[in-house]
Amino acid sequence: MTTLTDPPKEQFRLSMLLYDSRYRSATIQVIAMLLFMLAAAWLINNTAQNLAALGKPINLSFLGQPASYDINQRLLEYTSTDTHLRAALMGLLNTLVVAVLGCITATVIGVFVGVMRLSNNWLIARLMTVYVETFRNVPVLLWIVLSMAIMIETLPAPKAFRGDNATASTVLNDSVAFTNRGVYVPEPLFSRGLGDIQLLGNSSLRFDVSLDLIAFLVVLFAGIWAARRVKHRADSVQEATGDRPTTWYIRLGLIVVPTAILLVILGFHLGYPALKGFNFQGGTHMRNSLIALWLALSLYTATFIAEIVRSGILAISKGQTEAAAALGLRSNRIMSLVVLPQALRVIIPPLISQYLNLTKNSSLAIAVGYMDITGTLGGITLNQTGRELECILLLMLIYLVISLSISGVMNWYNESVKLKER
Amino acid sequence: MSDIAFSRAEMLPQKAPPATSVGAVGWARENLFSNWFNSILTILSLIVIYYVLAAFIPWFASPTWNSGSLAECREIFAAASGEGGHGGACWGVIRERWVQLIFGFYPPDLYWRPIAAFVLLAVAIAPVLFSDKVPARLIWFTALYPFIFPWLLWGGTIWGPLAALGGFVLGFVVYRAVSAAMSELMGLVLGLVAALIWWLVLSGYAVGFLDGILPIGIEAVESRKFGGFMLSITIGVVAIACSLPLGIVLALGRQSNLPIVKYLCVGFIELIRGVPLITLLFVASVLLNLFLPPGTSFDIILRVLIMVTIFASAYMAEVIRGGLAALPTGQYEGADSLGLDYWQAQRLIIMPQALKISIPGIVGNFIGVFKDTTLVSIIGLLDPLGLSNAIRADSNWNGVVWELYGFIALLFFVFCFGMSRYSMYLERKLQTGHR
Repeated sequence: MTTLTDPPKEQFRLSMLLYDSRYRSATIQVIAMLLFMLAAAWLINNTAQNLAALGKPINLSFLGQPASYDINQRLLEYTSTDTHLRAALMGLLNTLVVAVLGCITATVIGVFVGVMRLSNNWLIARLMTVYVETFRNVPVLLWIVLSMAIMIETLPAPKAFRGDNATASTVLNDSVAFTNRGVYVPEPLFSRGLGDIQLLGNSSLRFDVSLDLIAFLVVLFAGIWAARRVKHRADSVQEATGDRPTTWYIRLGLIVVPTAILLVILGFHLGYPALKGFNFQGGTHMRNSLIALWLALSLYTATFIAEIVRSGILAISKGQTEAAAALGLRSNRIMSLVVLPQALRVIIPPLISQYLNLTKNSSLAIAVGYMDITGTLGGITLNQTGRELECILLLMLIYLVISLSISGVMNWYNESVKLKER
Repeated sequence: MSDIAFSRAEMLPQKAPPATSVGAVGWARENLFSNWFNSILTILSLIVIYYVLAAFIPWFASPTWNSGSLAECREIFAAASGEGGHGGACWGVIRERWVQLIFGFYPPDLYWRPIAAFVLLAVAIAPVLFSDKVPARLIWFTALYPFIFPWLLWGGTIWGPLAALGGFVLGFVVYRAVSAAMSELMGLVLGLVAALIWWLVLSGYAVGFLDGILPIGIEAVESRKFGGFMLSITIGVVAIACSLPLGIVLALGRQSNLPIVKYLCVGFIELIRGVPLITLLFVASVLLNLFLPPGTSFDIILRVLIMVTIFASAYMAEVIRGGLAALPTGQYEGADSLGLDYWQAQRLIIMPQALKISIPGIVGNFIGVFKDTTLVSIIGLLDPLGLSNAIRADSNWNGVVWELYGFIALLFFVFCFGMSRYSMYLERKLQTGHR
């Protein structure tokens, strides 16, 4: 006869920390943590000693001192008497400007090229392949400095536009001037404008908000909202009766007419650039550093986007298209209702990470002298104040925040389009 | 009697297809002019190609190979066409500077050393790249190559790289001896400790002593003389070679179920991936010395190598993590049920499959790292782009754009395009799926 006895109570032995899988993971983690803390302490201790030896304790007060350098391309008003903090803000806005412009153009070019690479036209598909392979196998920095060099060397100087026998001329009905100092485009002006409101008083982060712009956006979005209501109403009528009332002209009118009326009331007109003295005056001046950076980043990133779009469309199995055709859908509806919704799920996550890459690559602005955040905070401010540690850590922190926000958007999107399975 | 008037008794011979659907015409109708939209696209493309070639070919074929300055080029064009100004490429700049673009300011009588280093590099990576076409024993040369490479490029006494190699040998010997006598784990720990003591404490004295009694060495070359493509390839090769193992470790850490290890890896990867490489290069050029014990200062190229490697390994980790995540859970469970421990499972089951899945991403990363080596020109190293700024600032060549950048772009293109073609070859070779 056998009796069941409890297993003998195990004594805890030191070797079980290594050989017993219940404890081993804890041991490894404690060792990892200790090593990490030792390394961190070593680095911090070294840094503290070095900084003490240099007589430069960590201090952010330099951000409040006058920057005393000029930023030639900026969104808000800024003078060289403003603080380093405001200079960094101008830089940050410049980074965001070139990133947003670049993302938009790169998407447009990339989608076009990606679709064209799938074209059944042999010649155009080969041309697009040549473009993609050329641009993505050469460093983006080379494209940036090359565009800058081309703009400086080949575009005419402003004085070439002068006189009766000018060798250069403005284009698009005298509205856009391409010069070697940059591109001048018309600017929107309001003759009966509502003025600006100034926010944050006199601080380094002050900015003006144009009431004209706010009014324009409010009316525009109200129009879009009303047009969507009309569309919903048409949908419900169609569901109830089977007939869809024709509403496209109402919807278009709801968006266009109020906005147009508002623009007339505010006295909207375009300010054209005009040659005065040695340079163009009026209009918006986009410096050639901005144009070169924008152009190179767009053309370079567009090749990656083209590949993403191409593989996204190829990833949708042919059965989907055929099934949709069997249901009697027309080819544009097949694209918009069946293929695109599925392809976008494949396309958008890598697309957003390309946007992230473009934003990070915009830091190469420093090579052409565009004053983005790297050029201001990590460039001139660093050199003037000698605060390497603070400047570079702040710079990295800012980029980190931008990156994490973009990847936050991506995670939210992935979550919302995930296939909902039971 | 039948009322069928005619009945064919034999097959008619096949007719040839209509002339418009075979041959060049048929191909063009199908691929170039299948409908009105495609026809427009074709014609537009032909016009674009015509204009590009009409501008490019005369530009490319300009007889300026022997010119010594841009002004001289312009004289040649003026003499050829009668009117000055535009004309063609000014190839004199390439003739005069191509050696510099490739070797930087490396001493000309020592050019054989980088050339030998890169030729041997090709030999050393052959067993890795084309494992089925070269003798397997060549892998021993690959293992020794990391010690030959820096010695050939930087020169100096041969005892330095031998001492570094000695650390590995010593560690291995201690590991074997101790793990036979005691346990394997103790062997690992003691082997590591012995190697570290050798490298950090003893090897300096040993090198000094051996160099004193037997000075074998080649002329040392300082880092600031490095430049051009030699520098790009050096940084690229080192970063690529070091980032793959580091990336694998980081990816495994990120997939680990030990929370502290996992979050340390996640934090590291996200931190590095969240900032542009240029900020890390700033860290290399101004901050790294602050983080090290007072008085330490080491070579700028070494600092750049460290930061580029760290940067590349974070990206590599994400690519490999994608491969790990793409493996079905059954593979992990199958490895467990065979009784394999963690490292055996990784080595024999998981990694071979995960790495195969991530080949396109890994090679894409390699290409990215190689292209990113141009960023070192911003912190003042003389890679091809840094040199091009200097050349364009030279009064002889002030105004040269396309020739110079075209040459640099072509060299980068050859390397990057070659790598992407190799990745396609590798994918085909390792293809075992049933597609």
